[in-house]
Amino acid sequence: MDVWLPYAWDVVRLGGMLAILLGLAGPLTWAERRQSAMIQDRIGPNRAAIKIGNKEWRAFGLLHPLADVIKLLTKEDTVNIRADRFLYNLAPFISLVPALVTFAVIPFGPDVTINGVAYPLQVARLDAGILYMFAVSSLAVFGVSLAGYASASKLAMMGGLRAAAQMISYEVAMGLSIMGLVLYYGTLEPYAMVRAQGELLFGFLPAWGVFVQPLAFILFFTAATAENKRIPFDLAEGESEIIGYFVEYSGMKFGMFYMAEYIEVIVVAGTLTTLFFGGWQIPYLMDHGFVFPWGGGLDLSHAAVTVLRIGAFMGKLLFFCWFQLMLRWTLPRFRYDQVMSLGWRRLLPISLANLVVTAAVVLWLEA
Amino acid sequence: MGGHGHGNEAKSAGSDLPEGVVRVSRNMDASDRLFVPAIAAGLGQTVKHFFTNIFGKEKYTQTVQYPDVKIEYPHRFRGMHRLVPREDGNPRCVACFMCQTACPARCIHIVAGETDDQRIEKFPVIFEIDELRCVVCGLCVEACPCDAIRMDTGFHPKPVYSREDADFGKADLLGILGREEAKAAGQRAKDKPPATAAGTGRVERAHGDHGAGGSAGGYDHSH
Repeated sequence: MDVWLPYAWDVVRLGGMLAILLGLAGPLTWAERRQSAMIQDRIGPNRAAIKIGNKEWRAFGLLHPLADVIKLLTKEDTVNIRADRFLYNLAPFISLVPALVTFAVIPFGPDVTINGVAYPLQVARLDAGILYMFAVSSLAVFGVSLAGYASASKLAMMGGLRAAAQMISYEVAMGLSIMGLVLYYGTLEPYAMVRAQGELLFGFLPAWGVFVQPLAFILFFTAATAENKRIPFDLAEGESEIIGYFVEYSGMKFGMFYMAEYIEVIVVAGTLTTLFFGGWQIPYLMDHGFVFPWGGGLDLSHAAVTVLRIGAFMGKLLFFCWFQLMLRWTLPRFRYDQVMSLGWRRLLPISLANLVVTAAVVLWLEA
Repeated sequence: MGGHGHGNEAKSAGSDLPEGVVRVSRNMDASDRLFVPAIAAGLGQTVKHFFTNIFGKEKYTQTVQYPDVKIEYPHRFRGMHRLVPREDGNPRCVACFMCQTACPARCIHIVAGETDDQRIEKFPVIFEIDELRCVVCGLCVEACPCDAIRMDTGFHPKPVYSREDADFGKADLLGILGREEAKAAGQRAKDKPPATAAGTGRVERAHGDHGAGGSAGGYDHSH
């Protein structure tokens, strides 16, 4: 049993990651449409139905993503005659793959102990996990700008250029905003960071990133939304004017860009959860059960604690997915110069100042 | 930003601005520059609508699921024309051409005929309305001295496959009930669409609000 268990566990953790990413991306497209309808006092799409016997199953419109996939797969795949065919076909993959693999370092549950051996619920436990995350996610800019360049279309070119400038600008602020947390927790490994967030500040407040570095949370969330090119930073797409870097794409290649966007939403939600909201931690839940700061507690088995913690991670993940959709349907779009000035003249200096102050405080605490 | 800042009330006295022109400064205060309070307020609105529309008893939702649910038009809505019948089922119209004259779209076509009835003298042999040309102004209804043409049906002219089908003749227009009459007759007006095929026969009124008026002493058009 011990021989094959590690391999079986690889399947479990890989399957878990893919189930979260691919299993949520479809419903998120549904959620985006239904949620926007609820916000705008409409009813939203609910017509796609499966007919069994005489009964129509509409399932609140949850079948629309299915109908979309069928449509995208059977649609004609058009290529602009002057397009660079190789790069044109490559771009959607370069967009999608970084979105998929970024999630690999995010722990979606605590280590599971079987026969005294700890098995991680995390695809890759890298010592430089945070760096890996930024390194891979910065590759996404290639897919976007290549799509804009290879389409041989002015609008796509504009979208690609805007996306490239914006993503490169905000990457700086995004990376710097996290560094305060890295200094405080003293590690670049997400699992260790989540572990550290299980401790208590002043004896009652969980040491979540958002309580330790509230400013960094706002900075990181803003920069991550800009990285994801979603409203209010969606001028790379600008669907009312230039449609953006994927204007020439049709069929499933367009679908891949679309999928990449929603997977990035999940990745951003997972990153926020892991870095700022304690990952799979539940306040006052220790490895052996609840221990409350005002005394008392509740002993739980290892299995129960594990299930609770995975549930906590999924709950936080879903909340931040919901919150990102909420933001999108609340805010108007920035102008291009406003995006640039916000990135370089506001976020960057603030995150630098945040880093310096955090470093001084950490030094003072250690002394 | 601008050095003119005396706020929004900067009077033009003494400056080079014409009288009555106010120079408005667009200085944002600190909370505006932060964006965060404004975003939080906006989120509050959208979250309120989101949850009210899902769980609330009184929803904000404005739209309906159209083909399944229809919003009834207001009472004064000018809909499909109809010809009002007498008790015997013939139209009240006396072929006076007032509506045809009043019509700015020239979509009414009447051919008058003589009748033996001395009270009426004339009746329409042909009464056609081209609903494709109609601009739904209601002037024909205003012009009619006999209250013979009304637009109180509460529904639109039905879609047609050819232009000829949009010429509604006398029999078609007579066969339609007004909204109130249709309700009184115990049926919805939409259940009785206008016969688009060239119905030739006289349309028998379903026992409507005019009572069981017999057709005795009716005008015989077929002489």
